[in-house]
Amino acid sequence: MANVILDMRGITKEFSGVKALDDVHLTVEDDEIHALVGENGAGKSTLMNILSGVYPYGTYEGMILLEGAECSFRGIKDSERHGIVIIHQELALVPDLSIAENIFLGNEQAVTGIIDWNKTIHRAGELLNKVGLDENPSTLIGNIGVGKQQLVEIAKALSKEVKLLILDEPTAALNDEESDKLLDLLVGLKERGVTSILISHKLNEVEKIADHITVIRDGQFVETLSRGKDDFHEDRVIRSMVGREITDRWPQREHEVGKEIFRVEDWTVYHPQYEHRKVVDNVGFTISRGEVVGFAGLMGAGRTEIAMSLFGRSYGQNHSGRIYIDGEEVPLRSVDEAIEHGVAYVSEDRKTYGLFLIQDIKNNISLANLKRLSANGVINPNEEIIQADDYRHRLSVRCRGLGQTVQTLSGGNQQKVVLGKWLMAEPNVLLLDEPTRGIDVGAKYEIYTIINKLASEGKGVLMISSEMPELLGMCDRIYVVNGGQIAGVLAREDASQESVMKIIMTHQKTLVKG
Amino acid sequence: MNQLVAYFRNNIRQNGMVMALVLIMVLFQLLTGGILFRPMNVNNLVLQNAYVLILATGMLLVIITGRIDLSVGSVVAFVGAVSAVMMVDWGISVGVTIVAALVIGAAVGAFHGYLIAFLKIPMFITTLGGMLIWRGLTMVILKGQTKAPFDRSFQAIAAGYLPGREIRIGNFNTIALIFGLALSVVFVILVLNARRNKIRYGFEVIPRWIEALRILFIVFAINLLTFSLADYNGIPIVLILLLGLVSFYTFITDRTIFGRHVYALGGNAKAAKLSGVKTERVLFLVYLNNGVMAALAGLVVAGRLNAATPKAGVNFELDAIASCFIGGASATGGVGTVIGAIVGGLVMGVLNNGMSILGVSVDWQQTIKGIVLLLAVFFDVMTKNREATH
Repeated sequence: MANVILDMRGITKEFSGVKALDDVHLTVEDDEIHALVGENGAGKSTLMNILSGVYPYGTYEGMILLEGAECSFRGIKDSERHGIVIIHQELALVPDLSIAENIFLGNEQAVTGIIDWNKTIHRAGELLNKVGLDENPSTLIGNIGVGKQQLVEIAKALSKEVKLLILDEPTAALNDEESDKLLDLLVGLKERGVTSILISHKLNEVEKIADHITVIRDGQFVETLSRGKDDFHEDRVIRSMVGREITDRWPQREHEVGKEIFRVEDWTVYHPQYEHRKVVDNVGFTISRGEVVGFAGLMGAGRTEIAMSLFGRSYGQNHSGRIYIDGEEVPLRSVDEAIEHGVAYVSEDRKTYGLFLIQDIKNNISLANLKRLSANGVINPNEEIIQADDYRHRLSVRCRGLGQTVQTLSGGNQQKVVLGKWLMAEPNVLLLDEPTRGIDVGAKYEIYTIINKLASEGKGVLMISSEMPELLGMCDRIYVVNGGQIAGVLAREDASQESVMKIIMTHQKTLVKG
Repeated sequence: MNQLVAYFRNNIRQNGMVMALVLIMVLFQLLTGGILFRPMNVNNLVLQNAYVLILATGMLLVIITGRIDLSVGSVVAFVGAVSAVMMVDWGISVGVTIVAALVIGAAVGAFHGYLIAFLKIPMFITTLGGMLIWRGLTMVILKGQTKAPFDRSFQAIAAGYLPGREIRIGNFNTIALIFGLALSVVFVILVLNARRNKIRYGFEVIPRWIEALRILFIVFAINLLTFSLADYNGIPIVLILLLGLVSFYTFITDRTIFGRHVYALGGNAKAAKLSGVKTERVLFLVYLNNGVMAALAGLVVAGRLNAATPKAGVNFELDAIASCFIGGASATGGVGTVIGAIVGGLVMGVLNNGMSILGVSVDWQQTIKGIVLLLAVFFDVMTKNREATH
């Protein structure tokens, strides 16, 4: 057996009572590419954050052995000193600084605080050579593409004499050619003695370059596969990733699907900053009365972008396509119009896009409905309180009173306040984006009950979720979204974690070819 | 007694400001040997501070959106200068001039608002530019000189009194006394009405005797003011203007959709947008409104000085901004009340006036005002932190 460079043993990490990682172990050998795979929320990032010192020693249980010595990292700087460098999905580069400046950011080539620019540029050039990036070190980061930025990140890691490189979804934003180049680079680095841990959803890439694959699921270690010994085939890995019994965590509902209420055709949207980048590509789907429709997909698949752009064009630019409500084409050009036509959107990020944290529950619930509570622009304060109180009770928001500020509520109750706002608008179509993210199991059940009740009242519900079991438990139909397109649709009977993953993987290949 | 303590604790931020104001007033009443509350000085307090209070009211809306407006002092001077040219050089009537001045203020505010809200030019830069532009144009228009005098009817806005000065009971102006009583009655009716409505809808109300104490306190304050004024020249016209503005903007912020949208914009612009608030339009209107308020203050300042000068309104924007923050508005937006800004403005005004009577030099006055501003905001941040951790 080759030398073991990293051995993580019995890692357990809790977030306010919820176990994100439970007795996980990870053994990485010298000079290998070790893939770490698992569903969204399985705990991959948490594990890597522990390794890189983001969660410092003492906030977790278990031990980390690096080259046989136990480590207790107090922060990122600490782990970097030991040769561990993590490259996050969201690149940590400053767009207005040059490539060279970014490579040595925080590690400036300086003598007594004064930067030696010649040395900086020269060394940056050498590092760019190593990663095979043919760019002038003085070029601004903002002027090169994401793929090249990724290479700069790696050059930055190499400048710190990295032993163990961790890459979190490095190819998520790259096209096929860029991905290939990056993967080749990793193989090249391996030959030069740099060990990599690769987190990726693209199992075909993993299959191609990994020496070992460690699978974690629901915060628990499942298995480690070795090249040459085990089957690396996608199907095999997917089964390992999702193989979980679905228990009865969802309230029962009568599935009475009525007439179509919401239809989208040829919906195409471009990125808000880069006008040539298509984010939503020719999407079409339908929702019927009484139906809960799911959007499954990986992170960055474009689900949120679809929902937000449909809701009064709140995302992107150059929207095209048609939206029908009850068979009639409607122009939802602004949020106002969307609300008027009975559409509501509950954002995945309630603190940024949903709540007014410093304001009270009443003001939060009533904001989208002030027109109905007022005459000639003047609000009837009593009516407002009565109505807000009504929705507070309907959703059983646990609070001291309507006057409590929202920032002091728990995540689940905050989510109920957001839902209350949109229920008060009496919508017919609800677009719910990750409605149960970051809330505890009990509150989740309550939210599911509310969703079922809405469906039984004849409303159409679209539910976006990264938790596959949740979609399988709640939805009548599931659309699989990938690369900004609808990759496929599954009826309730046909939907399973495997079938969804299969569609994504197949579609990924067509994207690559196209 | 426990109820009273609970009431103060639950409303510590609102009551804290008022208590601070009362404390400062009592302090200076003692320090100045009773000069502060002399009828003439009370009258001066009103006339001297009217412009700050008008500016603070407009600035409050801007601050609730999480922004500031540095241009108002220059707009005050600019509007004064234009009005002076119209009346003194061109002989245009007072009425037409006032309307024109307000329209100019609206146009200036709309200009700033358009740049900030629709063209997304940072508000700091826009209003800093405005500050320079309108100050510069003031000097251009006045050619660096003072323009005066104005018609008596124009001066009356800032320095005039309600008529009927000869009707007196003993030494007191009858109109002022009646005005005070009428104001008290209207106030009591409004409070009782609101209370009855709350009870009718089954909401919690504060205990009856605390409500009674509160009413008594405010009625006492109102009549103390009108008694003092009655002992002097009667009710200043600018006081009526102020009361009208305060009532109007309290109504706007408390009771209208527009007001709620202003708070929403300041509280969380992204969430406001996704809730159907037309955030750009709201921001535009807030700046437009602030232009109008600056113009109004400009007329008052010009009327009081009976002249338009190139140096009018210097640093007024800072007084207005400080008033809002002393009055509990938050620099990050989403929080603040008109009454708070007025109380904040009065704190500054009483400090100015009291220290002047005591003969404190201007440099020390500045220093002390700065310390009071920091103390007020410090207190505010502390109570907010405590609320958040509860």
